[in-house]
Amino acid sequence: MTVQNEVWLTTLAGMGLVALAFIYVIAKSGKPADASSVQKKAYAIRRWWFLALILTGIGVTWASLKQFPIADQHAQSHGTQIVDAVGRQWSWELSRNRFSAGVPVEFHVTTADVNHGFAIYAPDGRIVTQAQAMPGVVNRLVYTFARPGRYRVLCLEYCGLAHHGMNSEFEVTAATGGQP
Amino acid sequence: MSAAQLEQEAGKEALTRGERAVILLYIVSALAVFVLMMLLGLCMRMAQGTWIDIAPDLFYRIMTAHGAGMVGVTGIASVAVMWFFLRKYVPLHLSMFAANYVLFMLGAVAILASIFVGGYAGGWTFLYPLPVHSMNLWSVNAAALFMVGYLLIGVGFLLFYLDAMLGVIRVYGNLGRALGLQWLFSGTIDRAHPATVVASTMVIITNCLGILGGAIVLAMSLVNAYFPSVVLNALLVKNLTYFFGHVFINATIYMAVIAVYELLPRYSGRPWTVSRPFLWGWAATTIMVMIVYPHHLMMDYAMPRWMLVMGQIISYTSGLPVFVVTAYGALTYVYGSGIRWSMPAKLVMLSMFGWAAGIVPAIIDGTISVNRVMHNTMWVPGHFHFYLLLGVLPMVLAFMFYLIEDRTRTRPASGRFGFPLYVVGGLTFAFAFLAGGHVSEPRRFAVHLPEWIPYDRAGSIGAILVIVAMLLFTVRIIAGLTRRPRAHAAFAHAVP
Repeated sequence: MTVQNEVWLTTLAGMGLVALAFIYVIAKSGKPADASSVQKKAYAIRRWWFLALILTGIGVTWASLKQFPIADQHAQSHGTQIVDAVGRQWSWELSRNRFSAGVPVEFHVTTADVNHGFAIYAPDGRIVTQAQAMPGVVNRLVYTFARPGRYRVLCLEYCGLAHHGMNSEFEVTAATGGQP
Repeated sequence: MSAAQLEQEAGKEALTRGERAVILLYIVSALAVFVLMMLLGLCMRMAQGTWIDIAPDLFYRIMTAHGAGMVGVTGIASVAVMWFFLRKYVPLHLSMFAANYVLFMLGAVAILASIFVGGYAGGWTFLYPLPVHSMNLWSVNAAALFMVGYLLIGVGFLLFYLDAMLGVIRVYGNLGRALGLQWLFSGTIDRAHPATVVASTMVIITNCLGILGGAIVLAMSLVNAYFPSVVLNALLVKNLTYFFGHVFINATIYMAVIAVYELLPRYSGRPWTVSRPFLWGWAATTIMVMIVYPHHLMMDYAMPRWMLVMGQIISYTSGLPVFVVTAYGALTYVYGSGIRWSMPAKLVMLSMFGWAAGIVPAIIDGTISVNRVMHNTMWVPGHFHFYLLLGVLPMVLAFMFYLIEDRTRTRPASGRFGFPLYVVGGLTFAFAFLAGGHVSEPRRFAVHLPEWIPYDRAGSIGAILVIVAMLLFTVRIIAGLTRRPRAHAAFAHAVP
């Protein structure tokens, strides 16, 4: 399952729960109940609700950060396929456009003019990773392509008139014959 | 609340002739701008869906106007809510409230001129160095005019907040006491301490700082525009820009939610009293709203790692005051209350749902590993349109309908048709964005690939429904404001 699908289902479930709570309360709004007893019961539930949210937050934080999702920006490159990616209004310049699947690719992302967004789209049309391209900064984006195919780079940071047309392509070949 | 208490509240809200004139200006202008900006938004969605043809240069100018206009008008409408209720508790100068309106209008004229005369299309976030690097599509003067427009609007808001700060300090001694910090750990809480004062104080503190951050970055950008040799640090500028933008748009929610605290008790019959969790929620939000902004910079790998981690964790904790205090509190006030489901009550309840449900996708996107595939896709406008269109705007509309409640027919068309249209249209519109984000549809693209067009068209249909509902609301509210009241209520106490 892609990250996008996990996010989509989690969001629908979360919003659905919120909607159910509101529907339930609205359905029960017309039948008068003693305010103080409602409040007392609600405060008791709230403690557990608060605790559940805190524990969920701690769990998700630990699971999502135990391996930091962004590459160390000062690490030395070892055995990777290195490519310089420079954005400018309105094109991408990649120093190479063929990579091997299964071997980490290290993109050095920057810009020659304004801010751009370096987003890599898989052949199925989903984003697999991205980084910002900022003036005066080189962002080190490391990603290992699992599947071969033709990948597209789109600009995801608004950069002017032809922002939507600022794209590029590269090829990822099957794992054999990788060129570090 | 008893009839006597309602009468007492309405009495405190009486308006003088001058106050009535200024709030009418705010309301009518806000409604007009909301509708106009919605029409611009509809044009963009229809162009993306290939139902109409708009050239990219015009599309990006419309996008810039829509962003700046919606943020600005939500701010000005929320200020009207805060002013109306806060003046019951602290002295406020009408001149500062009016000055904010005048400066807002002057700023709006400057912004519109820069966009539609000068051709400026650098986006509402004016992200350096795009405003001065347009590839000759607009001039430096046009970009500068846009920034001057922002500065004028910022000065207006600051004047209003400083006046409110003065009023709060006069009555409560200092801002900490107004926030209720003295009761966080111990002591007997004064249950009559107004929730409105707590929320207003939080907004005063945070948005003064937010606007100052914006003023600094605007001043730096103006210097760079005319003296290009003064090169700015792009990362610093981006931090300041998103600090300002995040705080400002969130302040609109915290101003508008005052309508919920003030109005819900009148329809549910249960007064909203402050509690220790409530005060903790607002104290924590005061800090969190100012330090959460790095979640906008998660794809800027040059950011210090601790700031990105903070952005993720604070994104999560920012949801707690909504889920555990305000939205949860609203549900407990409504449950078994025998609430009268008039238009303001329905809108208040919708606003609580929109806010609580809308922050679910926002919080999830605050996770770095999620942001890596969702950042700057339609997921982002999906979540902020959800809690602005179905959260903040209904709060503002509830306030406006409350003002005219005693002047309208029992079941006007705006209630019978407008409300369901608004809900269905708003949900369709917001979910079209979220569904687009799910398939990696980029935001801020004038031209879309064929596979994204169905989402754009669904969004267009939702937008049309919302606009029809908004037109019904606008007609009803303006017609109501021009009528004499039938019975006592807020406006009934106004000097005719």
